[in-house]
Amino acid sequence: MPDKRLIFLFLSALAACLAFMLVGARGSWDFLLVFRGTKLLTLIAISVAVAVATILFQTLSANRILTPSIMGLDALYVLLQTILVFVLGGAGLASLSAEVKFLASFLLLMFASVLLFGVLLNRQREDLFRLLLIGVIFGILFRSVSALISRLIDPSEFMILQGELFASFNKTNTSLLAISALMIGLCCIVVWRRRRVLDVMALGRETAIGLGVDTGRELFIGLVIVSALVATSTALVGPVGFFGLLVSALAYELMKTSGHGPVFIAAALISITIIVGGQTLFERVLHMGATLSVVIEFLGGITFLLIVFRKYKA
Amino acid sequence: MIDIQNVTYHHGRSLILDDVSLRLKKGGITALVGPNGAGKSTLFALMARLLPLQSGSIRFDEMEVGKTGTQSLARKLAILRQEANVASRITVRDLVGFGRFPHHQGRASEADEAFVQKSLHEFDLASIADRFIDELSGGQRQRALVAMAFAQDTDYLLLDEPLNNLDMYFARSLMQQLRALADAYGKTIVIVLHEINYASGHADEIIALKQGRVALQAPPESFMTAENLFAIYGMDVQVETFGNRKIALHQV
Amino acid sequence: MPRETPPQRPWIRVTLTTSIVAILLCLILISLSIGVIETSLADLFSQAADGEGLLLLSRLPRTLATLLAGASLAVAGFILQTLVQNRFVEPATVGTADSAALGLIGVSIVLPDAGIFSKMLVGSLAAFVGALGFLALVKRLPRTQPLLVPLCGIFYGGVISSVATFLAYENDLMQYIGIWMNGEFSGVLQGRYELLWASGLIALAGYAYADKFTIAGLGRDTASGLGLNYSQTIHLGLAIVAMVTAFTVITVGMLPFVGLVVPNIVSRFVGDNSRKVLPLVALVGGTFVLGSDILGRVLRFPYEIPAGAIFGVIGTFVFLWLLLARPSRA
Ligand SMILES: Nc1ncnc2c1ncn2[C@@H]1O[C@H](COP(=O)(O)OP(=O)(O)O)[C@@H](O)[C@H]1O
Ligand SMILES: [Mg+2]
Repeated sequence: MPDKRLIFLFLSALAACLAFMLVGARGSWDFLLVFRGTKLLTLIAISVAVAVATILFQTLSANRILTPSIMGLDALYVLLQTILVFVLGGAGLASLSAEVKFLASFLLLMFASVLLFGVLLNRQREDLFRLLLIGVIFGILFRSVSALISRLIDPSEFMILQGELFASFNKTNTSLLAISALMIGLCCIVVWRRRRVLDVMALGRETAIGLGVDTGRELFIGLVIVSALVATSTALVGPVGFFGLLVSALAYELMKTSGHGPVFIAAALISITIIVGGQTLFERVLHMGATLSVVIEFLGGITFLLIVFRKYKA
Repeated sequence: MIDIQNVTYHHGRSLILDDVSLRLKKGGITALVGPNGAGKSTLFALMARLLPLQSGSIRFDEMEVGKTGTQSLARKLAILRQEANVASRITVRDLVGFGRFPHHQGRASEADEAFVQKSLHEFDLASIADRFIDELSGGQRQRALVAMAFAQDTDYLLLDEPLNNLDMYFARSLMQQLRALADAYGKTIVIVLHEINYASGHADEIIALKQGRVALQAPPESFMTAENLFAIYGMDVQVETFGNRKIALHQV
Repeated sequence: MPRETPPQRPWIRVTLTTSIVAILLCLILISLSIGVIETSLADLFSQAADGEGLLLLSRLPRTLATLLAGASLAVAGFILQTLVQNRFVEPATVGTADSAALGLIGVSIVLPDAGIFSKMLVGSLAAFVGALGFLALVKRLPRTQPLLVPLCGIFYGGVISSVATFLAYENDLMQYIGIWMNGEFSGVLQGRYELLWASGLIALAGYAYADKFTIAGLGRDTASGLGLNYSQTIHLGLAIVAMVTAFTVITVGMLPFVGLVVPNIVSRFVGDNSRKVLPLVALVGGTFVLGSDILGRVLRFPYEIPAGAIFGVIGTFVFLWLLLARPSRA
């Protein structure tokens, strides 16, 4: 008997998806089904990716404030793409297929993040705020280096880069949908099978070791999966900012448990509801398509401040 | 048998443990005492592979720490840390349930459930089994953590200051429970204690650590002398005999 | 804050000041002589009519603008750090700059024809309110967690900036956000930067009050005990920070991390006595920003890279170094 809350979340996600397909639907259904359907699948894929990546990352870093985005992981992906354009040149890049570029960036991201966060999470985990601030500043650094490099690139090549990078909830990059969906699916299977080990990891490093978990190995596997999920979601819709934080905060608040099984499901459903529902609302009803990410930024920032002030009152 | 040989540990430049060698026989309670900062928790962390060994070796029976898989070790020894805090928000029952993880890797059998139930009863936790850990008093949380270590059902138990936060009643009953475990199941329990009289009253052997070195290893009768306590703690303490126990009058 | 005070060695300060002045003079000469229109220094200073025109119209204003912006932002950062007692804050990371931009967006929507003066006023006021809000937040944070202060500041700024972006987006004012939040000096001409003189003057006023800010930073009780009007001093300090920020945002755009990096570096060498440190902070601030601007001009000549983009990279590197190099007492 599944939890009532999960049923409710499932229904609301379903409603959001139906609304997305139906609201303001005019013209041929064949066209709509393909057009809206592809977009809906993209949104669902990244919703799941962001939700799973965030919860997983929070468990690996043993707290509920960090998210891959806050720690600059998607900014790192953008930076790697920018460097690829810079090194290969627009022509060189154009000759590569989207899949190859994506896989190259993903491998680089995996390598960089395992290096960076492997060291950071191992060394600085007792000092949460230092870790967090370092992550935030790394994120700003990645963004400013990307900005700087993109200024150094030839303006015409910069156009290519923009085409690659300026995806958003509103303007999704669907060319990679198939490979992304595959990758996200694989990650979800792996994470789901490890959910009980993750429960133990969430107890804290020393307790987990005491219970026989190889924490170094789990950290490595986890970071590889987080990198894969962040790479796919960033490739599909660009950086998601505070969205992950919003989703995980809501999921934990609602489920009131740390069991990874239900929390993963709840987070994914909440994520779908917010993105698909929000996009329907903003694009079809309010006709303010591009501003959903700004609203999410706003809500996510407030969420962060609320979490901090609730937990660390003077 | 626990066999510790020539363990030396540095934190940066400072020497924390200085060539510690110890042999603890299997079965029974060994109390580890010594002033704050003597290196007791560090030694425990090394024994339980929470810190990597820098030199020397530690063995539990045939298992050598660092050469044995962490899963097998988790079925051999359980540790309760001094500042054990639980990061996640879970109930007492779930916490104690995690003690069974080394045995079932996430798929609890009925036997596991039964063992959890037994642990909850053993440590008087049945009435608060469904409360969240972060809503408990310090002493209740401490008992839950001890119950979790118990549920791990290992031959060896390392408990770092488990009496912290416990009131007089629970402190004594915990010591009595440990005694019973050692006697009935032949468990080997190493326990860091600050109250020397618990060591004297319940342990089979007392080991004193001072400035990273083993200062003394002796049964309570010979350990509890004014000279020894002065050498270890640097204070004058009167030692009296009550019945067959020696008691240090250090509070006054 | 507490900054550790290095042993008082006056010669360090003297040597440092002298060498920075020397570097600065060189940079000024370079800045005057490089540009798309080639001019030798000799040309600039000769009576040749176009050389003089170029110098007065564009090169000199640009150089002065960078110096003024850099110096006053660095001073503003120092003042804010003193008031909040935290070395990791500065106008761009605690929402002051975002508040200024929000105010400017607001006034552009409500009164599209408002003159520069009323825009300034609203911008400064918004920055002031934003800074007050931040201070109120900081008060509620535990003092034992100094790193929470910049962290919350960054998120507070993010929330404000998302409101500004939303308004700008819905009102087709997005290009302004880009201009205001990215410091760049290529558009500076005579007649378009003079507000920065006001910013410089305000920063100078900050110097007069430096000691009072230090005392106010110790908290209400200590400050009152020493006979200081606490809230007046705090408000004055925040007003200075707000005005400097708003003036910079509207004339050349925000230059993040100048106010954070410069005071930290300077205090590493000469300690914390604000009277002695502040002139050096201003000097180093001007030098850094001028250096970044020159770098931006030569790196991809004839295109220009905004000084803000250059300094963003340098500044974050220094910030990371400060974070990683120090033990956990901020
Ligand atoms: N993370 C650490 N960094 C530096 N020194 C440490 C660290 N942890 C413990 N120490 C030092 O190691 C010594 C032994 O500590 P510990 O093993 O906790 O002692 P005990 O448990 O006997 O009180 C102490 O002097 C302590 O200051
Ligand atoms: Mg200890």
